[in-house]
Amino acid sequence: MSVTLDRPPREIARGSTPSPPPWWRGRKAQGWLYATPTALIVGVLFVVPLILVVWMSLHRWPLLGGATFNAPDNYTKITDNPLFLDSVFFTLKYTVIVTVLLSATALGLALLVQERRPGVGFFRTAFFLPGAVGFAAAALLFYGMLNNDFGPIDPILQTLGITDEPVKWIGSPDAALFSTIALVLWRFAGFNMLILLTGLQAIPVEVYEAARSDGANRWQIFTRITLPLLRPTIALMLILSVTGSLLAFDQFFIFTNGGPDNSTVSMVMVVYREAFFRFDLGGAAAISVVLLLALVALNVLQMRVLRRSQ
Amino acid sequence: MRYYTTVSALAVLFLFPLLWSGWASMEEPGNYLEMARFGEGLGTYLTNSALVSAMTVAGTLTVSALGGYAFARFDFPGKNLLFLVTLAILMVPYATILIPLYVLLGHIGLQNSLVGLSLVFVMFQLPFALFMMRNAFEAIPRELEEAAMVDGCGTFRAFARILLHAVRPALVTVGLFAFLASWNDFFAPLILLNDGASFTLPVAVVSMTQQTFGAIDYGMLQAGVMVMALPCLILFLVLQRHYVRGFMSGALRG
Repeated sequence: MSVTLDRPPREIARGSTPSPPPWWRGRKAQGWLYATPTALIVGVLFVVPLILVVWMSLHRWPLLGGATFNAPDNYTKITDNPLFLDSVFFTLKYTVIVTVLLSATALGLALLVQERRPGVGFFRTAFFLPGAVGFAAAALLFYGMLNNDFGPIDPILQTLGITDEPVKWIGSPDAALFSTIALVLWRFAGFNMLILLTGLQAIPVEVYEAARSDGANRWQIFTRITLPLLRPTIALMLILSVTGSLLAFDQFFIFTNGGPDNSTVSMVMVVYREAFFRFDLGGAAAISVVLLLALVALNVLQMRVLRRSQ
Repeated sequence: MRYYTTVSALAVLFLFPLLWSGWASMEEPGNYLEMARFGEGLGTYLTNSALVSAMTVAGTLTVSALGGYAFARFDFPGKNLLFLVTLAILMVPYATILIPLYVLLGHIGLQNSLVGLSLVFVMFQLPFALFMMRNAFEAIPRELEEAAMVDGCGTFRAFARILLHAVRPALVTVGLFAFLASWNDFFAPLILLNDGASFTLPVAVVSMTQQTFGAIDYGMLQAGVMVMALPCLILFLVLQRHYVRGFMSGALRG
């Protein structure tokens, strides 16, 4: 009796014992089957390279030829590389400037197109549109636009009387940094605006109405309601901007080629040069590992801050 | 009125570079012809870019749809670990694993290969894509597939015939992000492709600026910019809604 009690009633009625399904019909096996492509891609193209980069960093690993164990030379060598140290300072400076300017611009744009009114969709699209252009294409576009002989910027500035001779847009260290930042603002301001808009739209209208009926003015509403409630979104934007800027490569490779006089060499550019100009993959891997650890630590820290602010 | 003056002036500032580039590329009719003859020829680079993007989109959709279904509907050993490791791709900077990927692809015979490059793109798209697809499948009521299975469908037939149709908006979003990322990326093809005949458009057009002799032909360069940018601009304008949906899902990547 006790045996039959364990069975579902329907099967008792049928009086048959259900045969166990073949292993490949089981839910677990089926789940794995559907997840196999994901596991293969993640395993082979992410986990293996992650282990490999550490392994390479412990070896003398020329572009061509065999590898020999040389730990910890690749790591001790990093501090002797003046180009890398300069690139750390440059990249940090660039990150701070870009993050501040980009956030301020994006916030300004988002507040401008936050409310529904006629034509606002067009303006949102106009601000975002550069974001649909590839970053490499955007860099080449600015490369032409800022050219002294070909581009329109010098003639426009001279006509307006702002400058009286062509500016060396990428010919001096300060101007090269400035031009790169202009490019990045143009390309990414709309993107960051979109992030902030999703945050702004999550703030309930009632909160604003309540504040207004309490007699709060615009500035008070902005500083006491909008900014605090937008904090998680702003934090997310800052994380994306900081990590993106620390890994800057395309803009400097295409736009300034690290010049003039190596004044705009970013950290990732050093990795690239170590590997493909000095043919030292081990050295490049060691810098990669340092960058990776620094950024993962930064990410963990930022997520803690983000979680606390939510 | 002051509002519209401000936003209009800003819109002009944002649209001006695009309009200028379009104008500069057409200023001389020969620009596009010259660009088409540059290096291995525009046909080669366009084909390479189109192939890489098509393979990346197809690969990302296939892997993330199957994976998303697995994560939404099945329990299997290692499920949480696999999901966490996939999301960890977001934590690891793109640039730091391209050098080992270069070595690894060399070992498995996929160096300088468009297939290898596409697989790398699929990997980088996977966290966002898998997250989107899992959420899309979870949003479908289970009754839908249960009804299909009562009618005698196996899980795969229920998946292929019914569920895939129900998650079409998510597929479009994932496909759009995969296309934009693979069409536009510069760093991965720069490192993983080393033969001019296999270059994608961004690498090929950048190489126009690094010609060692003669002055750079800026008109030709802007023609290259337009060829790269136009498909993205059009696709974005047509599928804007899906792009914003991708943003709203909270899983985004710069």
